[in-house]
Amino acid sequence: MSPAPAHRLLRPATLLIYLLLGFFALLTLLPFVWMICAAVKTKEDFFTSQFLPRGPGFLGIAWDHLTLHQFVRLFRDLPVPRALLNSIFLASVGSVLATLFCAMGGYGLSKFKFSGRQALTTAILGTVVLPGALLLVPRFETLYHLGLVDRYLGIFLPALAPAFGLYLFRQAMINSVPADILESARIDGCGEIRIFFQIVLPIVRPMISAYLIISFIALWNDYITPQIMLQSPGRQPLSVVIFSLKGLYADDYSLMLAGTLVSIAPVMLLFFLLQREFISGLTSGAVKG
Amino acid sequence: MKNSRLHSVWTPWLFLAPFLLSFTAFIAWPAVRSLMLAFEQTFGPRTIAFVGLTNFRFMLHDPFFWTAVGNTVLFTVAAVVTQIPAALGLALLLNRADLRGRRLFRVIFFAPSIVGLAFVAIIYSIMLEKRTGFINSSLHSLLPAWDPDFPWLDHYVMPSLILAVLWLSAGFYMVYFLAALQNVPGELLDAANIDGASPWQRFRHVTLPEIRPVLNIILLLVVTGSFQFFELPYLLYNETNGNGPDNKALTIVTYLYQTGFRSGDLGYASAIGWLLTLVLVGLALIQRRLTQKEEL
Repeated sequence: MSPAPAHRLLRPATLLIYLLLGFFALLTLLPFVWMICAAVKTKEDFFTSQFLPRGPGFLGIAWDHLTLHQFVRLFRDLPVPRALLNSIFLASVGSVLATLFCAMGGYGLSKFKFSGRQALTTAILGTVVLPGALLLVPRFETLYHLGLVDRYLGIFLPALAPAFGLYLFRQAMINSVPADILESARIDGCGEIRIFFQIVLPIVRPMISAYLIISFIALWNDYITPQIMLQSPGRQPLSVVIFSLKGLYADDYSLMLAGTLVSIAPVMLLFFLLQREFISGLTSGAVKG
Repeated sequence: MKNSRLHSVWTPWLFLAPFLLSFTAFIAWPAVRSLMLAFEQTFGPRTIAFVGLTNFRFMLHDPFFWTAVGNTVLFTVAAVVTQIPAALGLALLLNRADLRGRRLFRVIFFAPSIVGLAFVAIIYSIMLEKRTGFINSSLHSLLPAWDPDFPWLDHYVMPSLILAVLWLSAGFYMVYFLAALQNVPGELLDAANIDGASPWQRFRHVTLPEIRPVLNIILLLVVTGSFQFFELPYLLYNETNGNGPDNKALTIVTYLYQTGFRSGDLGYASAIGWLLTLVLVGLALIQRRLTQKEEL
């Protein structure tokens, strides 16, 4: 209320800020806009126009040149429907299980006192410094001995113990689950499993939704792991199938970009719907802790 | 205290068991196994022999390894000087209580980091094409002097990678800065304002010290992340298994991956990985030391 006159004076500065933000937002969005335009163009129009093909139509655009042909090719001629289902399956089952395991682990690690707790916490959180690629070869070896190569289980099992997820849930439990609630529930004779599901999980619900999206998107986007572990084409997710178009359809840019659009759109939609939870989940560990 | 415990000693382990099972099999054991492999050499598919520090000694004289180190260090420096100012700059622009559409801008800037690296590689490999690519044709239509055949991917490997990564991660780090900026006490800034401090002085003497802890964390994240830079150059230059023209895209982790998965030299790959781990731990410890000194 009181600083209102000061703001009036700052008008030119505020305008400049909006201009700068608009400019950077445009730069950020350009690759997306360009990709969407490319996906609805024919192979020929891709090379003759930057965005949409020019023509006599409304806004000087040849609307009749636009086509959904690339999407038809993706879904009719290429194994994209199967890959889409694979991606949905891998990312949803994986993220639900990883979230549950991390919530349980974070609870076990933060709300109970036992000997060796500090050492265990340090050991688990310390593994975040290990380069992921270092663990790939021995992990592949273990999965091979367990007979899990080219199986979905071979993707799920290693994805269930992310140190970062455990860290986030441990923080959430320490910050928001009071010990006396747990004690009084125990005095009332409530079982440990019921305490966890009916008292603890509802309290950390914001972190549950945040981590569900974080791990869903991470699993959806993962390329290296499924590329190594899943050799049958029918089992591969979108990341592997769409990227393989790069070698097979080298100059079919519209097709590749339509495939990329199909792969990005679901996670983008999820992100737009749940962006608050997503971003607050990511920043909760670093900024407050 | 012990007598008042109402739960069994086994309860925490019951909750930890699923996580620990997966953790032990797929993180802890591979870590131990790779540490063993770092001191071993594989001869053929079944024979493994302990060779002491041979793998590490070999690294000293391996020109590919040093090319990879050079590229990685160069990329790391470039990543720090581009990403941190960009992320902090965007956060400062957004950090005004009276700004309309702040949430929309935040979503827009963050959106690229949702895109998987395989898809980023597809988008950028097409955008950076010589004549037909979006970037050259746009620059050429804005500045007619711009060469439409500017060889981004063929010659300017590092600028191409930096451009893609800047687009990808500026908004990601921005949300951390924005969260930190929102915790800067408004009274401090108001007081500085009343004392006649210029915007730069307010930033330098009020805001910067307040967000220092987050700045330190982000610096560490960018540096350790850049040292492990791998998927994007590997995918962007996948025809050459991630080497790129004149090995200009070869990073330490790309080399580790090639050695382990292409050449099957598990011992050497593990040695590279553990040396990298030591460097990362060293960097984290230095950062911690510096942070603690500042706090004293």
